[in-house]
Amino acid sequence: MDEAEDRALSLSQDFGVWVAALLTLCVFSFLYKDNPLYKLAEHLFVGVSAGYYIVLNFWTVVVPNLFDPLYRAFTGHDPVTHAAVPQPGGPFAASLGDYRGWFLFPGLLGVLLFTRLSRRVDWMSRWSLAVIIGVYAGLKTTGFAQGDLVAQAQASLQPLWGPDLWTSLNAILFTVGLVTSLLFFFYSREHKGTLGVLARTGIVFLMVSFGAGYGYTVMSRLSLLIGRFQFLLEDWLGIK
Amino acid sequence: MKRELPLLMTAVIGLLMLLSFFVPHHVVSVPADFLQQCAVIVVAFGYVLGGANALRVNLEGIAKRQPDWPYKLVLVVTLVFTVAVGLKEGRHWQDDHSTSMFLYNRVYSPMQGTMFALLAFYIASAAFRAFRVRTVEAGLLAAAALIVMLGRVPVGDQMTMWLPEPLRLGAVQDWIMNVPQNAAKRAVLMGAALGVMATGLRVILGIERSYLGGGD
Amino acid sequence: MGLAWLEKLDRRWLFLIVGLLVLGPLVRPIGVPLGSSKPVRQFHDAIAALPSHSIVLMSCDYDPGGKPEMVPPTRTAFRQLMEKHCRVVITCLWTGGSGLVDETIEQTANELRAKGMDIVYGRDYVDLGYKAGYEAVMVLMGKGIANAFPQDQRANRTSSLPLMHEVKDYSSFVLLVNISAGYPGTKEWVQQVNARFHLPMISACTAVSAPEYYPYLQSGQLRGLLGGMAGAAEYEKLRGEKGSATRGMDAQSLAHVFVALCIVMGNVVQWTKRRTAP
Repeated sequence: MDEAEDRALSLSQDFGVWVAALLTLCVFSFLYKDNPLYKLAEHLFVGVSAGYYIVLNFWTVVVPNLFDPLYRAFTGHDPVTHAAVPQPGGPFAASLGDYRGWFLFPGLLGVLLFTRLSRRVDWMSRWSLAVIIGVYAGLKTTGFAQGDLVAQAQASLQPLWGPDLWTSLNAILFTVGLVTSLLFFFYSREHKGTLGVLARTGIVFLMVSFGAGYGYTVMSRLSLLIGRFQFLLEDWLGIK
Repeated sequence: MKRELPLLMTAVIGLLMLLSFFVPHHVVSVPADFLQQCAVIVVAFGYVLGGANALRVNLEGIAKRQPDWPYKLVLVVTLVFTVAVGLKEGRHWQDDHSTSMFLYNRVYSPMQGTMFALLAFYIASAAFRAFRVRTVEAGLLAAAALIVMLGRVPVGDQMTMWLPEPLRLGAVQDWIMNVPQNAAKRAVLMGAALGVMATGLRVILGIERSYLGGGD
Repeated sequence: MGLAWLEKLDRRWLFLIVGLLVLGPLVRPIGVPLGSSKPVRQFHDAIAALPSHSIVLMSCDYDPGGKPEMVPPTRTAFRQLMEKHCRVVITCLWTGGSGLVDETIEQTANELRAKGMDIVYGRDYVDLGYKAGYEAVMVLMGKGIANAFPQDQRANRTSSLPLMHEVKDYSSFVLLVNISAGYPGTKEWVQQVNARFHLPMISACTAVSAPEYYPYLQSGQLRGLLGGMAGAAEYEKLRGEKGSATRGMDAQSLAHVFVALCIVMGNVVQWTKRRTAP
């Protein structure tokens, strides 16, 4: 009886929760078929998210990381409190983390990105892209090299003879799986003979890993549905 | 110079970033740090550009009366409204009870969650209609998927409670994840790392130029 | 007739069955007992082993799309850290995530305050909010957290916050707790921060990403791994809590059984069709 009372309907009194719930149902209506309610919700979502992304990046990056340091460098005052902020050496005297007037360079690059909107001058945006590509190419190369290649190769050098038979068997199987899977991706020679046998063994391990990945993907997608239903039941309908 | 200068910039900046991993001296670390700051700012401008482009494309669609143009009007109006409200609210636009946070919590957040939740239905439908075991390898994939799917949730162990503990679905799932799956994933990780390193060097050395796009 | 009719089944019937199988246990819980796996215990123990009053970096890299899998471990980890009197610096590298992360942390902090814990924003925890830039932000923080985040989520200057007086760069933290839904996330933190600055880390990630991170767990680059809602539920159980992840596990179990049946039945239908084909 108490459990039934706990599970009784208790509609939310919050206007925002009703907006969220109705929009949720509009999106779910797509499962039946495409319809005007879904299209309206979809376009509303795209408009709000695009607008939100613009505002977010403006107030969390453009203003604090670009505008504020430039304002301090050239006026000598804090942009919010207007207190005096000494700038010894002038607006272009930079040190680690304090680049003052030099932020004009990324500011200009950011503005040049907008030249992509016009065919005639879009070549200027390549300078901005060059900085992005150069930075991320450098960071990713060293990151993958150290984190994924060196560290993983190091960790693979494990003793094949462990404290018990089961540990040893697992270590041997792991090493066989690793080597054969790596050999599967070796395309400089045709997969025939010994290499062919090893590559086909590698396929077994790869298929097991893809199957495991599929299983986890199913879990992830279903969790997202559970979350939405929990919102509708608990926050909107009050069934806790 | 329209292509050569960007290529030179990429090469110099990329090499400096590579060097900064090994050399802690301020001659390298300060410019590298500054360039990372530049990247952060330019990426943020990129998001603003993305929003501006969405506005431009949809305004064109409305002007040309493309199909579904009324919905594009809804998109444009909500985009402009969200930006206007966010800019008007100033630095404290993310405070509780602001209009921007209402739009975030009651429009953006639930709809994004629901869009992703739709995938659950499609994955079940695809499991029935498209998952076909026609080869031994596909059979292995299916077997591993079934064991992991059932073993990872509480019902898996309950279904195999009658078996000795090491043979229950949970334990078998655990073994699959730690041994064969781990071995293959590590191989993929290492192979991908070699690929990324090669591509990174190709980009830095100017061999890979697709990011410049076509034209002059 | 056989099973041929199943082949022509409108997929909307499958949608309906999935919907009912998920809805049912949420309304009427079954209570299938939960276990706990070794990676989750390692995640829990990594936080449990921290000295009191140490400073922890918690990077919550997700957005509302990953809410059901990411919010429960965020809450549980934050609670565990606060109960250990650790101090926490929170960041978010996903566009669209900072509002959700801030709401989650504040709700959890308010629950703890309601239980009598003295938790003060700025002294015990700081939410630095969102920053664009992916890996560049991670490496930038290595030279100075305040350089990358000059202001926090509430537009306070970072240097004005008492906790941030003790935080310079990664050397100020004893652990990185990463709650990650994809890119940028655990992989990038391992590559850029664990590899370069040797900051120990643990990860709670979506189930989609979890298999990819097992090599990092085995190599010691991750000291604990919590994958998906199931991992979050196990973590809640270890902490003696009954949050939304635990409440969702019955539905998860039934739905998994149904998808497994779909795979089997789909293939049975196909084999039957091939066998009876002229």
